[in-house]
Amino acid sequence: METLLESFNYWVYVVLMMIGLFAMITKNNMVKKLIGMSIFQTAIILFFVSLSVPGSIEQGVTIPIVDHSTHHDSHSETTGDLHAHEEPPKDEPHKSPEYIYANPLPHVLMLTAIVVGVATLGVALAIAQVVFKNYGSLEENEILKRISKIDG
Amino acid sequence: MRTIAFIAVTITAILLFRGMSDLPAYGDPDAPVNAGPLRTHYVNEIETETNVPNLVTAVLADYRAYDTMFETVVIFTAGIAIIAILKGLTPLNRPGRPKSEPDDLIIQTTCRLLIPVIQIYALYVLIHGHHSPGGGFQGGVIMGASFILYALAYNLPSALERFSRKSFLICATVGVSIFAGFGVVAMLLKGEFLDYSALHQLGLGKTEIYARYHSMLGVEVGVFMTCTAIMFAIYSYLSTRGALKEGL
Repeated sequence: METLLESFNYWVYVVLMMIGLFAMITKNNMVKKLIGMSIFQTAIILFFVSLSVPGSIEQGVTIPIVDHSTHHDSHSETTGDLHAHEEPPKDEPHKSPEYIYANPLPHVLMLTAIVVGVATLGVALAIAQVVFKNYGSLEENEILKRISKIDG
Repeated sequence: MRTIAFIAVTITAILLFRGMSDLPAYGDPDAPVNAGPLRTHYVNEIETETNVPNLVTAVLADYRAYDTMFETVVIFTAGIAIIAILKGLTPLNRPGRPKSEPDDLIIQTTCRLLIPVIQIYALYVLIHGHHSPGGGFQGGVIMGASFILYALAYNLPSALERFSRKSFLICATVGVSIFAGFGVVAMLLKGEFLDYSALHQLGLGKTEIYARYHSMLGVEVGVFMTCTAIMFAIYSYLSTRGALKEGL
């Protein structure tokens, strides 16, 4: 049971992915097939993004954008208070130590995947329009019937 | 057919569930993705190397610039492919379709007030991409959406008057060229392709770090232009079956 809860995110992606795959296999209508393809892609995008998480929010995990607000606050405090100048300088002036940043690489890869997904979806819809123009239908069995009529 | 598909999907699902046990638990800091050298380098060094707080933008536009350049080429190619596919397609005569209704005053006034705000927000998302979530792709999509909104609220021909077929094709090409141009200029300055620190010699930023910082914005502008143009091209061609008349 514990392992089930630990890998709960993977369950969601597998279920989503299978919904997409099932739609792509069984649906007759081409647009419905494309909707299935989009669901499939979404599952993979969620999978990658969830891999980049290095902990929980309570541990201080945030989005991969380095936070300057805490640094600036401490800086303004030190300029306001004269005694603060005697404090030893911080080892890491750029980052506040309490934050753990998520891995930016899966985010970048998924940004690519989203854009490529939009591009493929657009081209697929354009092809669907041509198919509809030539065969008068978007249903797969109707199209196959008409193709065999043309051939025979 | 349905049962065969169901069996196939179930088998695949079972295989994936079996393979799940090898994957790290959610939020595991010791997982290979998070404990590997790449994340350590990105999280610790990007700020000092490029001065960009948004790590995603830095990785996208600098460390993986080659990837992003061809991603821009992918959307450019997709736009060209859609135009090529739908070019010779004559529009269907839909007899049941009602004549275009008189324009709605409320919708048009709302859109007239809203579209400038959307476009300024798109530019903000583009320019503030170094410090907050955003960048060329996101800003470009918002900008493209503003043109699509204009075409929906008025009609496609008046949207094409603002952003004609010729100008969106030029815009898309210029966007890709800007991106590739940064790479070529870096090569001419004896750097590697898309190594922005070489652009420091052109006076782009005081130091090499700032040369990378500013080049990232330049590259994102290229992505923004391509993204805007292709989004609107996809909409205008798909909604009119390549005729660029009437629209939805």
